[in-house]
Amino acid sequence: MKPTEAQIWDWLDQVPDPEIPVISVVDLGIVRDVAWQDDTLEVAVTPTYSGCPATSVISMDIETALRDRGVEQIRIRTQIAPPWTTDWLSDKGRAKLEAYGIAPPSPAGGPEKCPHCGSADVVRVSQFGSTPCKAHWRCNACLEPFDYFKCI
Amino acid sequence: MTRDEAFFEFLCRMGDNTLVLGHRVSEWCGHAPVLEEDIALANTALDLIGQTQMWLGLAAEIEGDGRSADDLAMLRDAWDFRNVLLAEQPNGDFGQTMMRQYLFDQYHLLMLQALAGSSDERVAGIAAKSVKEVAYHVERSRDTVVGLGDGTSESHRRMQAALDLLYPYVGEMFESDAVDAAMEEAGIAPDPASLRDAYDAALTQTMAEATLTLPDSRFAHSGGRTGFRHTEHLGHMLTQMQWLQRAYPGATW
Ligand SMILES: [Zn+2]
Repeated sequence: MKPTEAQIWDWLDQVPDPEIPVISVVDLGIVRDVAWQDDTLEVAVTPTYSGCPATSVISMDIETALRDRGVEQIRIRTQIAPPWTTDWLSDKGRAKLEAYGIAPPSPAGGPEKCPHCGSADVVRVSQFGSTPCKAHWRCNACLEPFDYFKCI
Repeated sequence: MTRDEAFFEFLCRMGDNTLVLGHRVSEWCGHAPVLEEDIALANTALDLIGQTQMWLGLAAEIEGDGRSADDLAMLRDAWDFRNVLLAEQPNGDFGQTMMRQYLFDQYHLLMLQALAGSSDERVAGIAAKSVKEVAYHVERSRDTVVGLGDGTSESHRRMQAALDLLYPYVGEMFESDAVDAAMEEAGIAPDPASLRDAYDAALTQTMAEATLTLPDSRFAHSGGRTGFRHTEHLGHMLTQMQWLQRAYPGATW
């Protein structure tokens, strides 16, 4: 019997993002659709950044996770439109990011507060950080550097 | 020239710009003046190479000759490249690299904003994706040009020299030919010349903030986007970029 789409979503929510393993690929909002086409499971995945090296690893991880649970025919479809936006991050994912020390994206264009001490006295070091999706910030209160998940 | 031939040319122009500039920027990896700049340049290069995969991937699809984006990037020689001459200019010092980046980013942003409304949904999709990344590129390159231009007397001198050196490569980005006319007629892409006023306004504003003087002359080198005549720098760059496929034809991993 074919697993239901809800079951597939649940499994995918256990596949960690390879660069930020505290959140899942579902939390990240990059799994856009899951649907059976006869006996083939089609999963639509949207890249975060066009050059993000994690994209191909993510597709491989998704395929492996589904195969491990007995899904045999899988097709990963890359979908670029509409473009990925940080609005698609789940609330659960945002909370996990912050607990992990990464400030979640904010429409104001910068973090609301330091993920370590909660101070609002923060300053941008660079628009770019350790991965394409993050910028580099620093807290003036506790003096710790931290990553900010860029809002796009 | 059929419509698809013009479309292929147009897509090569977009993809070769991002490929050649992306490779140039990647040459800084491990060499930038400070770690933050090194990371920023590497991320910019990565975005540009990612965009290249989309543009050249679509070019290969339109061509319908069985070639892939990789084939187009790695198996063509200099005369088949369609990037603007600005993209292939050497890095020079960090200031020169950032000036080249800003001059390109500002054009790139305007072009992608227009392409997001393309009649071809694949082009519109690639543009909508890329424009988000390029908005970050231009924010950073503009800040850097202003910071270094309006910085110390030494950084100011170098940024003015970079602007004087590179400004003659600006005009080519706004040239129009039969390919552009075909794209405009099909509603696929704007006439590049139509973007010039907005570009000039942005440049004037930025250079004023940077206390830099725009050259009076509108003289423009050209020949890159038509493939008529690239500068000597492209061929040298390709010997690096395509080294693996030249040394080990057909190598895969
Ligand atoms: Zn803090």
